[in-house]
Amino acid sequence: MKYINEVKLNFPAKSANEAFARSAVAAFTMQLDPTISQLADIKTSVSEAVTNSIVHGYKGAGGVIYITVRISDDNVLSVKIRDKGCGIEDIEKAMEPLFTTGGEERAGLGFAVMQSFMDSIKVSSKVGKGTTVTLKKKITKDDP
Amino acid sequence: MLELEFENSVLTAHLSGELDHHSAAVIRKKIDSKAEMLKPKTLKLDYRDVQFMDSSGIGLIMGRYRQMSLMGGNVEVTNVPPHLKRMFSLSGIETLGVMK
Ligand SMILES: Nc1ncnc2c1ncn2[C@@H]1O[C@H](COP(=O)(O)OP(=O)(O)O)[C@@H](O)[C@H]1O
Ligand SMILES: [Mg+2]
Repeated sequence: MKYINEVKLNFPAKSANEAFARSAVAAFTMQLDPTISQLADIKTSVSEAVTNSIVHGYKGAGGVIYITVRISDDNVLSVKIRDKGCGIEDIEKAMEPLFTTGGEERAGLGFAVMQSFMDSIKVSSKVGKGTTVTLKKKITKDDP
Repeated sequence: MLELEFENSVLTAHLSGELDHHSAAVIRKKIDSKAEMLKPKTLKLDYRDVQFMDSSGIGLIMGRYRQMSLMGGNVEVTNVPPHLKRMFSLSGIETLGVMK
């Protein structure tokens, strides 16, 4: 497996950029010729991770979000979303469906969605340093 | 985007376009201020024209469910398009009894 293409995005953690981030990743993914449903899965998952950095990582106070998107020669899309926010104390607990520290309007479903819509998710985090979420999905023709 | 309609104590919110944390915040404020003013018995959330949504679209329902319960009303979610079905079933939102 070898990376054959890569793009990097840095942008301020403003909620107005959520749509930009998922659309940009989707545009880059087009070279793998994904299905509409695969593209929707990727957009939704990126939206979840970026929203988490804005809402939880930076607590709405702003900062920078760093995204690296890569394509490998075996047709795997990898999206790394990183913030330098507050970090996660207990990753396992944070990833439990319905768990949220975000109050009334958060569903606690972001990680569950990423897990279900992508092939794999890796979360690394350090309190006070920030969080990195890496999402992967193989884009194959015969897959729905 | 959002269009609101009020008839026979039913407040209907027609949602359209992309529903994420950014747009949901705007939509929530508009629905809540209308609901506070009109005190509807039922708040209907119509998802027919939602092209994209992340879990903020579920959070919007859960939040309105709480708001309406406090006011003694109820919430109904209608016309969920096929491409959003997976998100809805993953969320377990059916257990609230709001899906129509
Ligand atoms: N980037 C992040 N930085 C800090 N905490 C995070 C981050 N992402 C997720 N979390 C924590 O994990 C919890 C669960 O996230 P998620 O499943 O997306 O649900 P929600 O966003 O609705 O709370 C959040 O409430 C928060 O406590
Ligand atoms: Mg989330």
